[in-house]
Amino acid sequence: MQNRTRNGGWSPYLAGALLGLLAVLSVYATTQLLGKTNYLGASTTFVRAAGYLGQMFSAEHVAANEYFLKTRVVVDWQFMLITGIFIGALISSVSDRSFRFEAVPPTWQKRFGPSTGKRALGAFFGGIVAMVGARMADGCPSGHGLSGMMQLSVSAFVSLLMFFSVGVVVAAFVYKRRS
Amino acid sequence: MGMEQWLGLLTGIAFGFLLQKGRVLRFDKQVGALLLKDMTIFKFMLSAILVGMIGILFLADQGIISLSHKPMNVGAILIGGALFGAGWAVMGFCPGTSVGALGEGRWHALFAILGMIAGAALFAELYPFFQSTVYAWQDFGRIGLPETIGYSPWIIVAVLWGIVIAMFLFFEKKGL
Repeated sequence: MQNRTRNGGWSPYLAGALLGLLAVLSVYATTQLLGKTNYLGASTTFVRAAGYLGQMFSAEHVAANEYFLKTRVVVDWQFMLITGIFIGALISSVSDRSFRFEAVPPTWQKRFGPSTGKRALGAFFGGIVAMVGARMADGCPSGHGLSGMMQLSVSAFVSLLMFFSVGVVVAAFVYKRRS
Repeated sequence: MGMEQWLGLLTGIAFGFLLQKGRVLRFDKQVGALLLKDMTIFKFMLSAILVGMIGILFLADQGIISLSHKPMNVGAILIGGALFGAGWAVMGFCPGTSVGALGEGRWHALFAILGMIAGAALFAELYPFFQSTVYAWQDFGRIGLPETIGYSPWIIVAVLWGIVIAMFLFFEKKGL
């Protein structure tokens, strides 16, 4: 098995296995140091970010919202985890020179052309739909896909199946060239 | 910043570093998997699950940590999962990888992040409506597979290892 890939990265098996170790270490460390077990996850932070931005416009509206009462607007462990992902990816990509400014990825360009505006609209509206879904299902590929699967949660198996099966169908529909 | 924030930040930096080294942050890798052309993200994710599940189930078995299953609410998981899958295919990032992709310079991820924040706000507004509809259908609660099907977690782990290794061999054979 090669430990380096053609694009200069690490074998996905190796990097993935190390992430598995990190997940275990993180669960252990949060339990020991913080007295509560935190599992890797990402999508709750977007709710908190929305709460922050919402407070700038109408603090009363956010304070009265049932969902924000359930998911308190605070800079917590997961919020910093997400901030860390940005920093970690920046360090890794700058140090191995894989950092690239990209506005339109190749697969998108092949189907929809070089327009940054079209890509921005796709990313924005795709993001809205995906996040409504992730909050409804109470997790994303991190919370369900990694943490839920590692615990053998029933909800993780079913949601992962839904993520991928619907994703495969929609991707086939969206990126197939009309001929 | 307190201990909680520092611990989250350091864990996140390691998480982002590994995501970037595995080359799984990119739009083309994410959509490539959904187009069944490039299985990099599956290799990465499934490797993490195979290794992580042993440690987590062992720590839970020893009573050192407690498991925290997310609820198996049928309507929420099926409809929410389907919506996520559809949005993901167009966006080409997931919530965790979007910030990492921004970190490696793929700045169109910024529009995805803004969309997801808007989606979270929309969800919060619609929450009372979802509670009386989607969430109200059937909730099996916070259940794990071992107690649901009546097998030891270690038997399930062994079976999953077998299935996933077979998938890996298939991916490598097909050059995916």
